[in-house]
Amino acid sequence: MDILVCARKVPDTAENEIELNRAGNDIERDDLVYSVNEPDNYAVEAALQITEKIGGSVTVVTVGGEEDDDVPRREMAMGAHHGVLLADECFQGSDGRGIATILKAYVRRNHFDLILTGVQGEDGAAQVGGMLAAMLDYPFASLVNSIEVVDGGKLRIGREIEGGSREMNEIDLPCVLSIQTGINEPRYVGMRGIRQVASIPIPALDASDLGLDTALVGAAAARVVRIDYFVPPAGDGARMLTGRRPEIAGQLLEIVAGKGGLN
Amino acid sequence: MSRVFCFIQHAEGKPDDSAAELLAAAAKINPVELPTAVVTGWGKDLDIVCEGLCACYREVWKITAEALVYPNAELVRKALAGVLPHGSILLVPHNHFGIDLSPGLSIKLDAAYVPDVVEIERSEEMALRLVRQEFGGQISAHVLCDISSGAVLNLRPGAFHPHAQAAAMGRVREWPVSLERPRRRYLSTVPAEAGDIDITKYKVLVSVGRGIQEKDNLALAEDLAEALGGAVSCSRPVVDAKWLDKSRQVGSSGKTVRPKVYLACGISGSFQHLAGIKGNPLIVAINKNPKAPIFRVAQIGIVDDLLEMLPVTAHVRQKRGVAAH
Amino acid sequence: MQYPSPAAATYWLIQGRTLFATLYILGTLCFCWIVAKRLQPLLRAQRDPRFDRPLERLRNVLQYWLLQWRHPRYPLAGTLHLLIFAGFLILAVRAFAMLILGVSATFVPPGGPAYDILRAYAATAVFAAVTVAALRRLIAKPARYQAPAPLGKGRSADAIFLLGLIAILMLADGVIESSLAAAQNRSLPLVSLAWLLRQAFASRPPSALHNLYLGGYLLHALTFFFLLCYRPFGIQFHVETSLFSIYFAKLDRELLKPVRWGIPAENLDRVKSFGVKTFEDFTWKHMLDFYSCADCGRCSDQCPANAVGRALSPRFLTTKARDYSFRHYPVVGSAGNGTPLVGNLYSEGEIWSCTTCGACERECPLLVEYIDKIVDLRRGLVDDGRVPQALQKPLKALEVRGNPYGKLERKRADWANGDVSVLAGGGTHADTLYFVDSITSYDDRIQAIGRATASILSEAGVHFGILGAAERDSGHDVRRFGEETLFFALRDNNTQAIRSTGVRRIVTSDPHAYNALKHDYSEVPPVEHMSQVIAREVRTGRIRFEPLANRSAIYTYHDPCYLGRHNRIFDDPRYVLDSIPGLKRVEMSRCRDRSFCCGGGGLALFHEVKEDERMGVRRVRMAAEAGANVMVTACPFCMVNMEDAIKVAGMEGKMAVIDLMELAAQQMVRQAVSPALERGVN
Repeated sequence: MDILVCARKVPDTAENEIELNRAGNDIERDDLVYSVNEPDNYAVEAALQITEKIGGSVTVVTVGGEEDDDVPRREMAMGAHHGVLLADECFQGSDGRGIATILKAYVRRNHFDLILTGVQGEDGAAQVGGMLAAMLDYPFASLVNSIEVVDGGKLRIGREIEGGSREMNEIDLPCVLSIQTGINEPRYVGMRGIRQVASIPIPALDASDLGLDTALVGAAAARVVRIDYFVPPAGDGARMLTGRRPEIAGQLLEIVAGKGGLN
Repeated sequence: MSRVFCFIQHAEGKPDDSAAELLAAAAKINPVELPTAVVTGWGKDLDIVCEGLCACYREVWKITAEALVYPNAELVRKALAGVLPHGSILLVPHNHFGIDLSPGLSIKLDAAYVPDVVEIERSEEMALRLVRQEFGGQISAHVLCDISSGAVLNLRPGAFHPHAQAAAMGRVREWPVSLERPRRRYLSTVPAEAGDIDITKYKVLVSVGRGIQEKDNLALAEDLAEALGGAVSCSRPVVDAKWLDKSRQVGSSGKTVRPKVYLACGISGSFQHLAGIKGNPLIVAINKNPKAPIFRVAQIGIVDDLLEMLPVTAHVRQKRGVAAH
Repeated sequence: MQYPSPAAATYWLIQGRTLFATLYILGTLCFCWIVAKRLQPLLRAQRDPRFDRPLERLRNVLQYWLLQWRHPRYPLAGTLHLLIFAGFLILAVRAFAMLILGVSATFVPPGGPAYDILRAYAATAVFAAVTVAALRRLIAKPARYQAPAPLGKGRSADAIFLLGLIAILMLADGVIESSLAAAQNRSLPLVSLAWLLRQAFASRPPSALHNLYLGGYLLHALTFFFLLCYRPFGIQFHVETSLFSIYFAKLDRELLKPVRWGIPAENLDRVKSFGVKTFEDFTWKHMLDFYSCADCGRCSDQCPANAVGRALSPRFLTTKARDYSFRHYPVVGSAGNGTPLVGNLYSEGEIWSCTTCGACERECPLLVEYIDKIVDLRRGLVDDGRVPQALQKPLKALEVRGNPYGKLERKRADWANGDVSVLAGGGTHADTLYFVDSITSYDDRIQAIGRATASILSEAGVHFGILGAAERDSGHDVRRFGEETLFFALRDNNTQAIRSTGVRRIVTSDPHAYNALKHDYSEVPPVEHMSQVIAREVRTGRIRFEPLANRSAIYTYHDPCYLGRHNRIFDDPRYVLDSIPGLKRVEMSRCRDRSFCCGGGGLALFHEVKEDERMGVRRVRMAAEAGANVMVTACPFCMVNMEDAIKVAGMEGKMAVIDLMELAAQQMVRQAVSPALERGVN
């Protein structure tokens, strides 16, 4: 099975403090550390587990700038067979639809049985997978937390739904799935693995390589634009308890009892 | 102004809580005209829901097909794409179904798509000024959405507060559709495992997040929960790390709880987690990071290491409990 | 009466000489064949240079093989084994001499009356010892011999069988002696085995004695060769291999095995596969270790991971590997193909459970090595990406931020509140570098140890500084968790930063950093642990202590693994404590090199392990049992683990823990010193 995984890098929220910059129009990016979006790693691991079982290849594609070739390379260190970068200045400022358009152009030039994305990135949008599927006219499922290959060009998948229940579906190939974290345990990629792929060339394709109409991508084509970042005013906010720990504990218990919580 | 539609989810003849929220949001987009409800399904339950919606909407579009008895996003998307006029604004709740439905639907409608909207600040003929959050709720962003070709907006559950409605005299408009066999087919629903206790039954919940740091520290939460007569629940990372059973998870993909008191210990306060807390309980946040988003949502805040604070609180409670006798 | 010769006698129509010659030749050939088969995997193994420094190696042989130095650590079993071993040595000459009797009618066994007495009692002692040992196995059943089902197979039956065979050997020898002495009317040493048997034979006619003699001889020869050929099939192989195992034992215990011997770090990119994944990836010496293990269980008995119910039992690590090698390299048949070890022979949990405390290695009488094997197995797992999810985050953070917490590099010196000079980049100069390492730099609680250390150094008049944001994690536990490449990166980074400051010595309050700088790093100035520094300053009188205010506290010192057992610094910390007036100190029964690991440091703090109880909880209970209510430790990881353990065990208010630095800083008599002298000189 030939699988495509769409991956990108994001500022790692665990290792960074996300703050507004001094100018107030963006987050402070100076000390930021980027790593591959966590759900994307789960998607690559899911793809690798499938090909390890039934054969095939895993290709990892990233939409970004020239410096983003470390993403497909890192996933190749994990075990992906091919890595590709879709980069062009005119891609800058694309919204979700623009990204999906770029990916669609790549998919149309190749053959893939299955396309995976991570459920969402740091912006919490969770949109590119669904958009790509609609553009390709492939069936789609989001929040996938189990995949089973069934004969005859089908998959049996589980989706995470309300209350922690799992919705079982059957989906025809080719299709697009967005993968939820926790579906598997992604394998570790150490420095040595990264070193071993450091000199593998990652092909970079631009708009003309993809036969892409530049009017459909980039800032000009974006219908949804982020204007700024801000920290909402605290409003009432929480009443903060201070003092020595036993005093705080005492106050807390009184408040809790007052709310009818202790009996 | 384009026509505003609200996608109403329903079960067993009753509309979902989100319906009232969508209505409130629609009013912000078009204060002048009532929106239209759009509902899919099949059978008696659907009929009842649509009748009820007539009280709030100018029109209720009832899309029926036998295949739609279970809300399969693939089928619903197809049905809506066939029915909605070009340029409409569709409001959908940003939940498991909305995430599944809307991105693809926006492409089929050639409309803009904005997910997880928490506020609608300004509404103009060609654009909407919206608010979203990023980085797990750590920061907010203003977003401008071009609605000249219509839009699909997924709204964060709980972000828009329902308000009193003027009575409407809407009528139901039937849209029977025929749908071919979908390429994604619903098989069954596997319910979440029961687990040892049912956290939805407790009035006090001591809820732990990443800040608990290791499985063994759960004992501290257990002690306090016992001292307070409550139970231990958690956020998603604790379940992912396999320290607690999924049945203890509070959140949009976990349980919805309605306690009187909710102690959020070492929980940053992502909306998926908060979405599981209903009924406006007293939320107390204990977190080492004074900038954690949870402090905006909690009524009482304590900036401290929960590993220190929990045992002290349990200790003080025990002393008081003894003294009271 | 003519001295009967087995060679000349006739055994069921076969002449003795022929019978025994055949037995000896067949037996020896069989033994050689078996040994050759046993050596086969060693020929396929990785190289391991152990042929240097012969004098040191011979010294080890003298100390550990001949003098059985480690054995008395378990008194009863140790004594039994000493008796058996000494007996074997004494009887060895005799045994070989006896064999010759079977083929030469004229041979006279060497030895005089003194030797005769000696060997008679030796045989008796051996007989008694193996009997007691067998009864111990059968009745007393010491815990460390047990084999709980998931861990491995038990070998008590095998052990008892072998003990029985040795007993038979001694009996046969006794029968020979006693029947001969009875026939020749000689006396035998009193109350020896032979003497006892002779009492039984006293009234037998000469022909019966003759038959007893010949029969005993045959039994002896058969048992001898049976044992010889049977030993390589089980734990008794250690009889032959122990000499070599001890000769080739690791001399520099604190130097971890490199990824491949003979391949320098720069060339490691060419190595296809890191670590041990299949059996043949072990070195020949490791394989020899598997053969030499006597399954005594002392390693597992001391192993803290085993004690708290983790999947690890060092003993079974070895015996499972031995069984594997016997299966895949059978004496009869051809060698099988290598299969991956982890997942088949070992579980991942087993390999990740180890804290590298070294208790197993310290205990093993055969000097079997464990840490290198575990690290090598981990290298293999890391190479294949099989790292537990809980460890992936701190490893990533170490790669990106140089500390496992993911905190910003520029905040690394925040603990010092600006009171300590930063030596990076040629600004301030000082003689001494205080290497702080990650936990002391970033952990809210442990930063207090850093501040205490800085104040002690200032008070002692030491001109020192820190690396500040230029410092990275020492990488000590990164290496021991198998991430060798990341370790090199951290090490090279730190080495460059340290050398650029021009300091002449390094001090640290962190035993893991100490161990790394001393043994894992090679191009840095000499390093001392703060306990050594303080001890020296106390001896010279530079540092003095006020008497303790609270006289009711009872202190006990917990030896951190990487300060005590690994680096043998036991006395300096105790000296410092004993120099504090009014401090009452008790020792836990498990102290010094038998200290019980707190749970591990570095990455071990992030690791979630399946266990019955925390190691730290065990340890704080040991402190309470010893009668203490304050534990003193000299390692930040021990501090974290003990403080956690006190909470989890519900012992708050009953047990406290303090670091040696904190205690020393607290009690130190302070001179009024001008602030300028307290900082590094510019």
